[in-house]
Parts: sequence; C-alpha cells; structure tokens
Amino acid sequence: MRSDPADYELIAPGNLQAVVSLLADEPGQWLPIAGGTDVMVQYAAGKLPARKLISIWNLPELRAIEISPEEIRIGAGCSYTELREHNVIAQEFPLLASAARWTGGIANQNRGTLGGNIVNASPAADSLPALLVYEAELILVSRRGERRVPYVDFHTDYKKMKLGPEELIRAICLGRRFSNYLHYARKVGARDAQAISKVCVAALGRLRGGVTGSVIDDVRIALGSVAPVPLRLTEVERIAKGKPVEPELVQWTRKMTSAAIQPIDDIRSTARYRSVVAGNLVAEFLQQLRGSGKTV
Amino acid sequence: MTEEHSIGKSVPRKEGRDKVTGAARYIDDMTMPGMIYGATVRSQIPRGVIKHISFDPQFEWSEFVVVTAQDIPGKNCIALIGDDQPCLADGKVNHPEEPILLLAHADPHLLRKAVDGVSIEYEPLPAVFTIEESERCSEIIWGMDNTLKTFLIAKGDVDRVWAKADYIVEGEYTTGAQEQLYIENNGVIAAFDLEQGITVWGSLQCPYYVHKALMALCNLPAEKIRVVQAETGGAFGGKEDYPSIIAGHAALLAMKSGRPVKIVYDRLEDMTATTKRHPSRTRHRTAVGKDGRILGGEIDFTIDGGAYATLSSVVLSRGTIHAGGPYYWPNIRIRGKAVATNTPPHGAFRGFGAPQSLFAMERHMDRIAQAVGLSPVEIRRRNFLKPGEATTTEQTIREEIDLGKLLDRALELSDYTAKKARFAEENAVGPFKKGMGIAAFLHGAGFTGSGERYLASVVGVEGCADGGVRVLVSSTEFGQGTNTVLCQIAAEALDLPYEDVRIAQPDTNQVPNSGPTVASRTAMVVGSLVRSAALGIKQTLIAGGMIGTSYSAEEFRAACRRYIAEHGELRSLARYEAPAGVFWDDQRYRGEAYAAFAWAVYVAEVAVDLSTYSARVEDFVALQEVGKVLHPVLAKGQIAGGVAQGIGFALYEKVIWQNGRMQNGQMTNYIMPTSADLPPIRIFFEEMGNVHGAYGAKGIGELPMDGPAPAIVNAIEDALGTRFDSVPLFPEDIFEAVCATGER
Amino acid sequence: MSHSFEYRGKDDRGKCELSLTVNGKPATVRVFPMERLLDVLRGELGLTGTKEGCGEGECGSCSVLMNGELVNSCLIPALQAADTNLTTIEGLAEGPQLSALQAAFLECGGAQCGICTPGMILASCHLLNKKPEPSLEDIREGLSGNLCRCTGYMQIFEAVVQALRRRAIA
Repeated sequence: MRSDPADYELIAPGNLQAVVSLLADEPGQWLPIAGGTDVMVQYAAGKLPARKLISIWNLPELRAIEISPEEIRIGAGCSYTELREHNVIAQEFPLLASAARWTGGIANQNRGTLGGNIVNASPAADSLPALLVYEAELILVSRRGERRVPYVDFHTDYKKMKLGPEELIRAICLGRRFSNYLHYARKVGARDAQAISKVCVAALGRLRGGVTGSVIDDVRIALGSVAPVPLRLTEVERIAKGKPVEPELVQWTRKMTSAAIQPIDDIRSTARYRSVVAGNLVAEFLQQLRGSGKTV
Repeated sequence: MTEEHSIGKSVPRKEGRDKVTGAARYIDDMTMPGMIYGATVRSQIPRGVIKHISFDPQFEWSEFVVVTAQDIPGKNCIALIGDDQPCLADGKVNHPEEPILLLAHADPHLLRKAVDGVSIEYEPLPAVFTIEESERCSEIIWGMDNTLKTFLIAKGDVDRVWAKADYIVEGEYTTGAQEQLYIENNGVIAAFDLEQGITVWGSLQCPYYVHKALMALCNLPAEKIRVVQAETGGAFGGKEDYPSIIAGHAALLAMKSGRPVKIVYDRLEDMTATTKRHPSRTRHRTAVGKDGRILGGEIDFTIDGGAYATLSSVVLSRGTIHAGGPYYWPNIRIRGKAVATNTPPHGAFRGFGAPQSLFAMERHMDRIAQAVGLSPVEIRRRNFLKPGEATTTEQTIREEIDLGKLLDRALELSDYTAKKARFAEENAVGPFKKGMGIAAFLHGAGFTGSGERYLASVVGVEGCADGGVRVLVSSTEFGQGTNTVLCQIAAEALDLPYEDVRIAQPDTNQVPNSGPTVASRTAMVVGSLVRSAALGIKQTLIAGGMIGTSYSAEEFRAACRRYIAEHGELRSLARYEAPAGVFWDDQRYRGEAYAAFAWAVYVAEVAVDLSTYSARVEDFVALQEVGKVLHPVLAKGQIAGGVAQGIGFALYEKVIWQNGRMQNGQMTNYIMPTSADLPPIRIFFEEMGNVHGAYGAKGIGELPMDGPAPAIVNAIEDALGTRFDSVPLFPEDIFEAVCATGER
Repeated sequence: MSHSFEYRGKDDRGKCELSLTVNGKPATVRVFPMERLLDVLRGELGLTGTKEGCGEGECGSCSVLMNGELVNSCLIPALQAADTNLTTIEGLAEGPQLSALQAAFLECGGAQCGICTPGMILASCHLLNKKPEPSLEDIREGLSGNLCRCTGYMQIFEAVVQALRRRAIA
C-alpha cells in the first residue's frame, strides 16, 4: 500500500444536497468517490493526486432505477450488479448488461458504478460504447439544479469531459426504443474475465425491406480502447444506412473502421492488432445483422 | 497388514483445517512485541556506479534504522553456489531493483515515503538485456565473456551423421520469462539478540539455504542462527533462493536496531525485484533418416541468467539434460550455456530449465514430422526411448516403460484421431480454426547426478510423550502436500492411523536438514528417508521388547509412551545413501542423471478465433506415469495446477521488459488464467512403481509444467498451418503471423 | 546500536470512530476514514484470515461479504464500511463445525497453499447464496474474480459441487 491514510480526508454527508453544496462551496477541492474500484486502485499505488474525498456511495438519490414508458432512468450510483440483475436493462439494453458482466469479477461488479465508469473515463471502459449506441442522456446535478445533456459528446479528450467542477452525474437516461434492433457487443481482453479491454465494440442495427431485398435502416457502432475517448463511427453509420449488407459493404466498413480509429501500442496490445480486430468485429456485427431478421 | 491403509488414500490435509478457517498464519499475519518494518531502497538503473546517496532532510532520519553494505558484519554476498551476488550493492549496481540500502521504522507508511526520500546519483554504464546482446560481448558485464556457465553433453559421434542424413531439420525456439506469481508475496520477520543470535521466520521453501546464507552474511556460527518456516502461500521455486536475500536484509536491520523487523513486499516490488523463470533460446539441428528415425543432432540450449549467477548453473544443468526429450539419440551434442544480462537474476520456477528445453524439443519433433512427411504421432512413436536404451547422458532406461502405449492411451483419451478428422473439415468453414497438439516428455525427479549425495539429507522420526509420532524434516509445505504425504508414509511404515502422525514445523533448531524442497524430491527421496526413520523407531521399540513385530495402534502408543518415560526420547535418524549401481560423472556430464524419470503424454485441443486471433484451450488431457500415486487428490491437484501454469506460460503470461525492468508488475497487466479461462483438465495416472522412491513414488511436482506449452503451440500450428516457435504466444503474435501469410 | 524508536506517532485527529458488525458481533474502531477495510479487519480487529495478494482488486484474496455482497476489502475505505454487516472467513465455521463449503474444500483439495482460500470460500458462499443451483459455467463466472495459482481451479469447482450436494441432502 503506497499511500498513507493519515494524509487523506474522506467525508460522507449521506445525502445528495449536502454533497453538491460542498462541491459548490469548494469547487475542485473534493474528489467524489462512489464504489472506489478506480479511485482506490490509484490510492493503493500511491498515484492519487486528490487528498480530500467525498463519498457518494450508497446515496439513495443516486441508486434508483426508474422506469417510464419512454425511458429508463438509471441512477449514476447503481452498481454493475444492479444493472445485470434488472429485468428491463437485461431485456431492452442487453449491451449495458453485458458490459456490466464483463467489468471485473463479481466483487468489483458489486461496487463499481455506471456513473463512476463514465467519470473515470478510461478509454477502455466497458459500458461507454453501449451508452453511445443507446444514445444516452446524462442528468447532471449541482446546487444550481439539474441539466440534461446528450452523452454522445460528453467526453472531449482523454479524461476530459463536459462536467463542471461542482457537478455530479445524477442519472443516465436511455430511451426505450431499441427492441426491434439487433444488439451486438464484444469485448476483446487478455483473458475471459477480469481484463481491461484491448478493443470493444457495441453496435445496434435494424434492416428494412427494400425493392431488391433488405437494406440497413439504422445502424449505430461504437468502439472503446481505440481512441482517447469512446467513439461513435458516425461517418461509417451515415454511409451504411440505406445499403444492403453485401460483402462489398462489409469490406468497406472494415476498412473505414480501421481508418476512423486511433489505436495505440501500449502495455496491453498493439495499434495494428486493435485496428484490424476492430474492423473484424464490426464486420461480424454486419454479418449478424444480415441474418438477424431484425426489421422495422 | 498387507493392504495399504494410508498410502494411496486421500487423507485430510494435515494443515487443511487451519487453511479453510482462516486460522493459518502467514508472515504478514504475525506481529512481535516491539516489531518495526523494513524496506529496501533499490537501483533505478540497470548498470552503473553509485556516485552519491542523499537523504531528503524533510525526514527525521535519526528515527530510522539505515543499513548499507558497510554495516554487513560478515561477507557481503548471498551464499548459494557462487558468491558474486552482493546482499547490498556496494558502489556498483548491475540490475534494476538491485538492493542498495535498507531502512526500518515503526510506521510502515512513513517508511514507504522515506524510501522515496533517498536519492541516488549514478554514473550509468552500458547495459545488456538479451541473450544476443550478451553473446555479442560488446559490453562485458560478468566474468570474462558474460558466460555464467556451460555444459557439454556428447554421445556417439555426431559429426558423422550429417552425410548419412536423408533430412536435416533445423529450428530455433524461444521462451520468455515467467513470474511465479504465488498469491502470497515474499515476507520475513527477523529478530536478533546477543545470546540467541538471529531468528528468522519466513515464507520460504528451504530453511537451511537461508541458514547457510545468514551464517556467512552475519558472521555467526550455525547455532546462533535459527530459521523457521511460516505457513507459505505458494512458492513454485520463487521462494527457493530469494528468501536468503530478504531474510538477510531483515536480519541486518534486526542486528542494527535490536528490534524484530518485518519485511513484506507488495505485489509491485515482488514482481519487479525477485526471480523469474529463465528466458531461453534453443537451436536444433537434427539428422533424420528416411524412416523418420533420428540419426543424431546438435542442440544449443542457452538461458538468460540475469545479473548474477545464483541458480543458473543448476537450471542450465537440468535444461541441458532434458533437452533431448524422451527420445533415443544415437548421436548427440548438447551445448548448454547460461549468460548474464543486466536484469534481476532469474531463478527457480517449477520445471527449472526443463520446460524451456522440452518446449523446443516437442516443437521440433513436429517440425521433423513435417519435413519427413510423417504425422506428429508417428514421428514420436518411431523415436521413443525403449527399456534398455540409453538417454543422451547414457543413462540406461531400466524400467519397462512403453511410451508408445502411453501415447496411444493419451490419443484415445483425447479423441485425437476423430477430432483431427472433424477439424480438418470444419476448419474450412468456421470462424474458428481448431487443432490438436501432442507433447511427450519426461521429468527426472530428485537432484541431478551426484546432487543427492552432496545434499546428504537427514530425516528424523520421533515418538512423542502422548504416544503419537512426529516427522522431523526441513522439507516445507507450501500447498503441494509435504505435510500430508510425509505423515502418510510414516503412518504406513508404522501401521498406525494417519491421525496419530504429525509433522514438526520446519525450524532449524528442531529438525535436521532433509535438503531443499525443490526438484520434485520430497515425496520420493525425503519420503524414502521418512520411511526408513519410521522403521527405525519401530525397530527400537521391538528391540526394547516394548512391542512385538505385529501390534495394534494402541499397543504402539502405549509402548512409545513407556519408552519415552524410561529413556527420555525415542528418535531415529535416516541419512540419504546413494543407491548402488547409480553412477554420475560430473566431469564428462554422463551417467545416471536422475534416480527416476516420470513419463507423460499431454494432448491439447485449441480453438483459434479468427476475428480476434485469440487461442483458447478447449480440452486438455494430461496422462502421466508417476510410479505410485500416494494421495489421489493431492496428485491430481499437482497436475491440474501445473497444467494451469503451463497454459499461462504458453498463452497468457508475458513479462514486458524495458531497460531490464519489468513494466507490467501488477496483476492487472501480468495476466494469469482465471477460473473462466481454463479448459477442463482431464488427468490420468499410470503407476509402474519406482525402486528408488517411497512406496514406489516418483516426483511429480514439476512434471506437469513441461507439457502444456508445446502441446498447445503444436495444436495452434495444427489449426492454422502457421509456424510459431515462441512462447508466450499472444493473439497479437498470431495476428502478425496470419496476416503475413496473407490469410484473413 | 540503539536508536530512539519512541516515534511520536501520527496526529490522531483525523481518525474517526466507526461502528460495524463483524461476523455477527458489534465492533467499534478508531481509524482514519481512508484506512482500507482490509487493514481494519487484519489490524484493528485482528482478523487475519482475510489476505492481501495484490492490493488492486484483482486477486480476490481480500474478499469479504459486506451486507451479503461479495466485495474486495482492499478497495473499500473504512468510512464506507461503517454501519455495515461484514462476514469474514472467521465467521463461517460454527465453533468446531465447519460449514459445508469449508468441509468440501478440505475433502476435494480446494485448498493447497491456502492463501486464496478464505476469499475463494467467501466467493463460493456468495455464489451459492445468489444461485442455489449453479451450473459449471455459473461457478466459473462466480469465482473468476478470485485467482488461485496452485489448483488450476478444478478441485475448487469440485468442492463447490460437493458442498451443493451436501446441502441438498442436509
């Protein structure tokens, strides 16, 4: 253990109002800590710059999962286990459920939170590509109130995001409009459990009948671990829409995917590998889409 | 009693209850009154001269114990085989993480900060990091030519075979470093007082190795050093020689401070600073006849020893002797060489050189098969050693081992033939390509050659005042079942219930030196001595008229109690004697290298996912002949654990080096298999007995490490048709090779 | 040779008093809020059955049950464990009577060196609480956050299955 507990302050006001008040009074002074599965690893390594932490673990205002006919609102403090075990999420947002299942072992799933995953903003975070394709919206809260922002451009650069120093993520909203889509996700890690991803893909797709056969009606493709932020392949999506899923399209998509991403060589993998595998997975998604029967 | 009542049964693990209740006490569970904590300031560069050491004035250094090379009362070296490794660097460093000075303090958090508060200025010197760089000798970092050790094995006349060969097959095979990754990090507690001397409690395999090292380091006689093994959370060789270093450090701090000192590493320090499996490079050149029989060959086996010699000569020895595999070589020349690099010295890890050279041999057999146009099965069948034939060191195989039959059985158990046929079809279509791979191998148990004779192990068995029996050995338990098996043997020898036998904690004040717990020797060699010593106390009681030649357990207990009441103690010692007719020539490196070989054929089924290039082992058959299965659950546990480590060695575990320092010294980035990654490991035994082992047992602890890597890589080549000659073999490597050959 | 070791000690003001229930018994500790729960258990409470293998939440040797949920205690600050119900390995046996899982681990060879065993048994316990009839896949997944270097996991799976069988009969 390479940090001295005596050098740190940790308080737990116990309710959201008190937390955001303090964040407003002393902006940038207090690091929120939820389940701690990222913060405590940095702390143990002696690499946590913050010295004052404020616990947002188990705040009731952040733990609720609210279902309405149009959307599901997931409290940012919900653990991965809660995501996995929730019926609506498992059925209508399986990519989020599978991301939750792939994040660490059971013990870390019991403590890791969706809000934490977003704010920690690791490019390799498992749930972020799913949030991109589901077009999540975030509810941010501060003492001044709440605001709702699209998730798609929330991350601006490596570990930089559109979150004010006094703000917390309160909830993640997902529209319940994907039931007739094909949901596809794959994570490539160094092993089958407890692995930081080398490449991960989340994708949604839907076909529609056309004159000569079915074409892509809608497609969303997001990748993790291939850029400083999780990426939506909006250009690829734009061009693929309206086209039939033929070998030509699949090959083109594979190439465009590799071109659209900026993977690096790092301790886990190589840029070349990531680039080609990303293309392979997107191609696999399209092939599954063709055979899926998921039409408008 | 004619039927075995203890041997061959899966009796409860002696210390098992403590382990499942959390009562077992490992080093970091122990504290002592007045105990303080120790830490090590280590080199940040691979090689250079220390110019200046400065201490950050923000710390109250008078509160700290500070130990440097100057404080060493005896010789500044870690006594093992050679004496080139300093305990603390004195003016010069030769590898990253080399210990330079030691600190101790009552507050472990402050201590950690203080370690960062010591700044060291170096004058860097050019450093060498690979076998090739070392061989080039553009920089001499050790001895005259960077060579730590060489061996030569020569049999027959290899220079004449090339002309007669129908095929000459060459190959070069490499293996990387591997971290033992015991889940309990290295740790010790040392205490010193003028009267008792030094006492060390440690997580360790070899109490007497530590004892010997401390004598030299601390300049104290044998009776003033006491080493006690605490419950040890895994070792695999990683706690064979390394504990002498950490114990030496704690002892020096204890001597200087007069307080007990605990040093426990965290995972990052343990991974970056302690020993690993030696990286290797093996070059084969083989002359083969038209019928696929090997006519002769040359093998160059080279290992990277790191910055100091430590155990490299012995690892080299075993790797060199095993390099020819379980095959008949009428002519052979094997050159073994260990070279120095500026990395933390490599050390013992289960298999100890054999996994490296056997990887090469078994990959090369598949290559020979291809060249000759025979199957991997047939090429092995035609070259297997047979009883009456001699190994590369001219050791005649005297047991009736039929490797062809063993191979057949392994193929049947793994459904090899049917699966190969099926895969050949399915691979044309699927997103997966599947393959089957074989590895056939042997593993010599016990110390090589005259090693056991030099060890001259002594074992004791004594009667206890309550009528029970106690085994006295320095052999340690670290999960493999030492306590259980040795008690079983004593119980069997004495016709007593297993519950009546206990085993003393390895404490050099209490137990004789039964040799180190290494080399798969404990059940076989030490077990034999336990049996002898047990029979010794039985003889004493019989001779004293206390019992007859046949007795009940209660009669034995009563006799034991009576004898002790009358005589004070009932103890018998047994000392190792080399078996007659077993002869090893250290000079010419020839003769009976091992008292016994265990034999094995492993078969791996792998599937390679062509979208991610990941290889997964889908099924694994481990079939081995082991003499005698003393404890079925423990024996299976050894094989399963060893296979798992072998799978890690092949597919998951890679040390990423930069300038001699391990970059991925955390469990997040050094990947070992989880429960989700391993295939069903199907384990089968054959038992032929062994005249040199207790109840016919052969050593099996290391055997399972030799087979998985070559079987898996053979299977991957079978699946893809692409050649791979290195482990670890990662998806990125498969990707590069597959793309290079133009496949998708 | 003597050094002055009467270290003045830390400024204690940052410490706070926390109440928790451990293995059914109430406990109060006075610790820094960022002390790791692992160190509170092993240090202040003397419950050394929970182990440290990696300090980064990868190996699971530090697993305990917190309000019935499996967690890695090396990643939990003490303050967040306040007023929770903790179960450690020491809480499983009832006096001399081992739990079904503990007995099964003993019989099947699920414990070799023993250092991963407390966490592994708790993870198994948690699995069986959540999935009373787990498949082998469920068992593999449930234990995938607990690393064992000795066993290759085979006999651990057998132990879990054995414990299930015993529970069914009992």
